[in-house]
Amino acid sequence: MAETHHPPEQFTLRVRRYDPESGEAPYWDEHTIELEPHRSVLEAILQARDRFDGSIGIRCSCRQAICGSCGVRVNGEPALACHTHLDAAKRSAREGVIEIEPMGNMPVIKDLIVDMDAVHWKKIRRVTPWLLAKQPVPEREYLVPRESMVDVTQTMACIQCGACVSDCLAMEVDPGFIGPAALAKAYRFVGDPRDDQQFERLNDLAQDPQGIFDCTHCFKCVDACPKDVNPMGQIMRLRRLATADHHIVDVNNGERHEAAFTKLIRDNGLLWEAELLPRSYGGNSWFGKFAPPAGKELLSSLPSIAKALIRGKVTPMGALKPHKIPREDLKAVQAIYDKVESRPQRYELNLYISGEDEEAQ
Amino acid sequence: MPAHDVLIIGAGLAGQRAALAAAQAGASVAIMSKVHPVRSHSVAAAGGINAAISVEDDWRSHAYDTVKGSDFLGDQDAIEIMCSEAPGEVMHLEHIGVTFHRNDKGEMDLRAFGGASMKRTAYVADITGQAMLHVLYEQLMKHHESVDSYEEWFTTSLLLDDAGSCCGVIARDVRSGRMEAFSAKNVILACGGAGQAYKPTTNGLIVTGDGIAMAYRAGAPLMDMEMVQYHPTCLVETGILITEGARGEGAHLLNSAGERFMEKSAPNKMELASRDVVSRAEQIEINEGRGVGPNGSGIYLDVTVVPRKRTLEALREIVNLGRDFAGVDITREPIMIRPGQHYIMGGVKTDVDGRTPIEGLYAAGEVACVSVHGGNRLGANSLLDTLIFGRRSGEHAAARAASMGMPKVDTAARLNADMARIDSIIARPHDGRRVSEIKNELGELMNHYAAVFRDEAGLQTALETIGRLKEEADSAWIDDRGTVFNQDVLGAIELGYMIDCAEATIVGALERRESRGAQFRTDFPERNDEEWLKHIDITRDGDGTPRVTYSPVTITQWQPEERKY
Repeated sequence: MAETHHPPEQFTLRVRRYDPESGEAPYWDEHTIELEPHRSVLEAILQARDRFDGSIGIRCSCRQAICGSCGVRVNGEPALACHTHLDAAKRSAREGVIEIEPMGNMPVIKDLIVDMDAVHWKKIRRVTPWLLAKQPVPEREYLVPRESMVDVTQTMACIQCGACVSDCLAMEVDPGFIGPAALAKAYRFVGDPRDDQQFERLNDLAQDPQGIFDCTHCFKCVDACPKDVNPMGQIMRLRRLATADHHIVDVNNGERHEAAFTKLIRDNGLLWEAELLPRSYGGNSWFGKFAPPAGKELLSSLPSIAKALIRGKVTPMGALKPHKIPREDLKAVQAIYDKVESRPQRYELNLYISGEDEEAQ
Repeated sequence: MPAHDVLIIGAGLAGQRAALAAAQAGASVAIMSKVHPVRSHSVAAAGGINAAISVEDDWRSHAYDTVKGSDFLGDQDAIEIMCSEAPGEVMHLEHIGVTFHRNDKGEMDLRAFGGASMKRTAYVADITGQAMLHVLYEQLMKHHESVDSYEEWFTTSLLLDDAGSCCGVIARDVRSGRMEAFSAKNVILACGGAGQAYKPTTNGLIVTGDGIAMAYRAGAPLMDMEMVQYHPTCLVETGILITEGARGEGAHLLNSAGERFMEKSAPNKMELASRDVVSRAEQIEINEGRGVGPNGSGIYLDVTVVPRKRTLEALREIVNLGRDFAGVDITREPIMIRPGQHYIMGGVKTDVDGRTPIEGLYAAGEVACVSVHGGNRLGANSLLDTLIFGRRSGEHAAARAASMGMPKVDTAARLNADMARIDSIIARPHDGRRVSEIKNELGELMNHYAAVFRDEAGLQTALETIGRLKEEADSAWIDDRGTVFNQDVLGAIELGYMIDCAEATIVGALERRESRGAQFRTDFPERNDEEWLKHIDITRDGDGTPRVTYSPVTITQWQPEERKY
């Protein structure tokens, strides 16, 4: 069986400490502990706390990645301390010393403890995080498809640990972005067939300049999530529901941008970057650039365009013509479009299961 | 000073359900917890919640299974209430948003669970507790205008007025270190069990018996504290729980010879006998040299007999736990488990409305002993217990509040005393033992002497050791001298809470000279209804020593009979 037992080893932890009462800046604190290599970073911190310094502050409880208390950064990456093995942490450590810091994007209260209420929970409250149930409420349970419940259970599985919030690049630039955790929470209701306000919720999140179109697809939240909630995937699904299903045209030009993007690829097989902006703002055709909103947007983008020209990222000739791909490749791309668009209904679900992909192999 | 009709301590399932019920009844409500509500340990409940919602089922069948599971120590009036109200409560949860798993007709699906005569466990994959806790928290956010929330406030003591009624609490804001008195017409304790008095345990680090000990110190009786549940399937090294849902889905237990040894002690129900029976059978295999693993200290749980696709969909969490915490792919190979401390059936004695004998003080959930679990709780009955008696406590407390004025109590003396107590802990010289050392010794002691098998000599040893630990805890020292998030000083207070709970458990276990439910005395291996079909109540004398009395078990329709699975 796989239960191979390794003897305890020594591990050195560098813990980021901060005492708000001291008036001093944050500092690093080092402790060496002894544990089996497959034990968790949390157990290591607790050992340091029990043996050497009881004042190390960290929220923790369940030790099994379900209560969501012990979100930290291990060697710079967000993680649950209880869900990170010491040997893995040592492998990704610089000079073999495991660095543990508080999560990012949230103010630090003390040591590894951050103010989740000021950021994370505030954003959760933003998305009307409760079911707005269809009326009348049935006497027994709502009869809903099995698949739908499995689907929303993937986002129900979010433990609100904040790891995705900690690593969200869009939130770093725009702290007002609703963010990955709260938008995943929003999907939990949007995707729930018992909820009565799918359109209203989607419209709200699409029209908000810091809503679903504020995400920059960096995938950081997908990597950070210890529960495979796939927050970015949920944001993309909210977008598709808003645009493809509800045809919500938003003030952020999210829908127009998406339409321009997909049409350019259908027509050319590759993205025609220079056309994307004018078409997103002026209308989804070659004439889009002559519409006043596109002109305005082009003017305000002149500095970026100039910079791109100077750095050789675009050439004037390249901007005027689309990229060329072989004719059969273009046909293959268009065949995908035809196939997808010929379906009577757009249908996608999260499969809240692990490892089914390997089963298929 | 904040004042509320109903003040709830603890924000797990029982506490949140109580808060919502009391608010709906029109009371001014506050809920206070030493952690953020979604960190409460209800979050770890995996397998599901029992309710006779199937058209072929009857709540009386559920009640009988519960009575039998309790080894006839459960109070049948309370069990009847819990089981008859279960379907309505589960439907309510469905209506407010819990994403219960469906069958192909779109109805709630049900899975098999230990000790149940039919499939009656509704579930959300194997994160049922998490899904329910998060949905209740959604409702708290929705009703934030009618429920005040004190998140990360640690309760240090209960306030009693001159007539002996509970009229509030003293608490410390963990974040700022500020202490405050809260007055309340009613206080509902909903702060869970005391699993951290054991090491290892499936329970989270926050489960330190706070409510049980505070009630005990205030004079409330504790009931059936000797009844401590060992869950049959915990990871050998860390004690992490593998849900009973695994066996519900068909997994087998195997000894070193590859035998399904459960056929010896439960030929009909096999792996789905009640937890006390399965844990004992496992421990016998281990003790008699038929265990598996390096020291023969484990048993194999074989989930590979469950279709892989079903495991991946319905037992996803334990697939991850096996991979992350034991390095085992449970869909491909057996995983090594053993019995581990999981739940305490005992707690603060209450009636069916959550009332303790102290006027104005209620208790619900694991902190309480109604008793619906008696000598042994059935799997998936704990979530039900938290909701039914959480709700009933909230409703009853709200009604009581409507008929009385806000108590006027001088809280200054008590507030100052608690502040001084904390200051004195912080100031202790570093010449005794560390809090963490004493806690470790306590946990190992309990897991050694007050576990699956017990006897007089071992329990006596444990009791003497507890006496020493108590003294040592009075001078145990800590490192943190700050006020902001001083978790160290709270740990010292929690240690005192756990020692009180552990002492009551040992006293109860010594007193009960028979074997019933989770209490198995090797020196009294038989159940003895004639002498011991009764509850053991423990109250604290003026000098702090536990005093034992008895109270009768309520029997309505089911006379005690031999228990076979």
